[in-house]
Amino acid sequence: MTEKIIIAGSGGQGIMLLGKVLAESAMEEGKFVTWLPAYGAEVRGGTAHCMVVISDDEIGSPYIDRADTLIIMNKPSLNRFSPRLNKGGIMIVNSSLADPKESSLNIKKYPFTDMAIKLGNIKVANMIALGFYLNNRKTVKVKSVLKVMEKMATEGREDLIKINQEALDAGVKLKDG
Amino acid sequence: MSGNEAIAEGAIRAGCCFYAGYPITPQNELIGYMSVHMPENKRIFIQAESEIAAINMVFGASAAGSRAMTSSSSPGISLKQEGISYIAGAQLPAVIVNIMRAGPGLGNIWPAQSDYFQATRGGGNGEYRCIVLAPSSVQESFDMMFSAFNLADKYRNPVIVLGDGMLGQMMEPVWLPVAGCRLPVAVKKPWALTGCKEREQNIVKSFYMHEGDLEKFNLLLQKKYAQIMDSEQRYEEIDTKDAKIILVAYGSMARIAKSAVKSLRAKGIKTGLIRPITLWPFPVKAFQQANRQTGEQANYLSIEMSYGQMVEDVRLAVCGKARVEFLGRSGGGVPTEEEIIKKVNSIK
Repeated sequence: MTEKIIIAGSGGQGIMLLGKVLAESAMEEGKFVTWLPAYGAEVRGGTAHCMVVISDDEIGSPYIDRADTLIIMNKPSLNRFSPRLNKGGIMIVNSSLADPKESSLNIKKYPFTDMAIKLGNIKVANMIALGFYLNNRKTVKVKSVLKVMEKMATEGREDLIKINQEALDAGVKLKDG
Repeated sequence: MSGNEAIAEGAIRAGCCFYAGYPITPQNELIGYMSVHMPENKRIFIQAESEIAAINMVFGASAAGSRAMTSSSSPGISLKQEGISYIAGAQLPAVIVNIMRAGPGLGNIWPAQSDYFQATRGGGNGEYRCIVLAPSSVQESFDMMFSAFNLADKYRNPVIVLGDGMLGQMMEPVWLPVAGCRLPVAVKKPWALTGCKEREQNIVKSFYMHEGDLEKFNLLLQKKYAQIMDSEQRYEEIDTKDAKIILVAYGSMARIAKSAVKSLRAKGIKTGLIRPITLWPFPVKAFQQANRQTGEQANYLSIEMSYGQMVEDVRLAVCGKARVEFLGRSGGGVPTEEEIIKKVNSIK
């Protein structure tokens, strides 16, 4: 099994973090994994994306031409990456900030940003999206992600772990979009 | 861990005592990691005022017997060439990491392999060689730093670790030996400038004024280079024994080539891969062996993130005994698996 995921949105949405949490969870499970950031002159408010490949075998290119899954968090990313979805792949879209029109693609959408605001922290939209992704693709176990969150958080910030875990859980519980 | 961080951690564990550098993308995580962990381990970290200053600090630290290193990316490495030439001329060990970006000039920050000639042919003035190592994964980036420092000390010669932006920036799991940072490796350096109380004076120089002296010295260098070419060729080969087409690629490019070999084999096309790990000395032995095994029936395809540099060494290595084709992109473009497969199909 090899799963190629492109995660894209705007700087500040936690795009890189979403990818890192997913990649580290795969590492936790002993899988082969690569994480490749777009490392240009990215700034808050600009566009940001990263590529994650998770596999049971050694990984060739960390660069993804065609993705099995796209996680799209804003409109510019939708326009840029939707042509790069594999046949049979799924595109998960943050409908708070992007409105996908392509009917030929397998699109699953939820307003992750609005949902994050309701949870009390707009920044966790990324973790709701990750939860929803794991609901659709069993690439890694939710348990592994929760463990990684605990490891990654700064000491003394249990509040951050809690809100992120709540967000992940909210995503996992969403019905298939 | 990213490739840049793995190189830095590897260097510290391999006993690097002195690091001087100047920031440049895409190798910033390397200098960033060093700035935190070198002082933590009571080693010297200096953010120099320029690349030129950094390489000359390495020159000095190495002359004093320290395991010394600098790192940069393509345009910064160009600035260091004078220093590298002096280090080679003074027969000093040093490790220089180049996380290549695309050029010429300021170019851009995307991955490329266009500094192959610069790294393998010397790069600065005068006739000298650097040992050039090319890791292809984050794990190998870590592991290779031990070889880099050991080879530098063994031959008293600069060693270049040649990576690219993709390798520097990507993260992969890395297995680190359990023991923490090791103490500096005790390598005897009787030639080092350590203060000459109670012994003869040591002189470190790359300047030979008297007629005939420099020629004598250069012949000594050539003898050393011949020994390195003979003993230090390193490479990985995959499925070459029965191959009709052997791909040749190094660094990040080799990973993509490896995927292409798998896909082509699955379709019944007999493909193999030679991945040079030392770019200088170029692993000529791998080609001689492959030619013997295939009865000189295999063709070669050199795949690079440049417009045909390593392919020249491939041609020299096969010595006219096989067809050598080329596929390359540069300026930030990376040949894809699809493009490789298409090219292979056009050759067979």
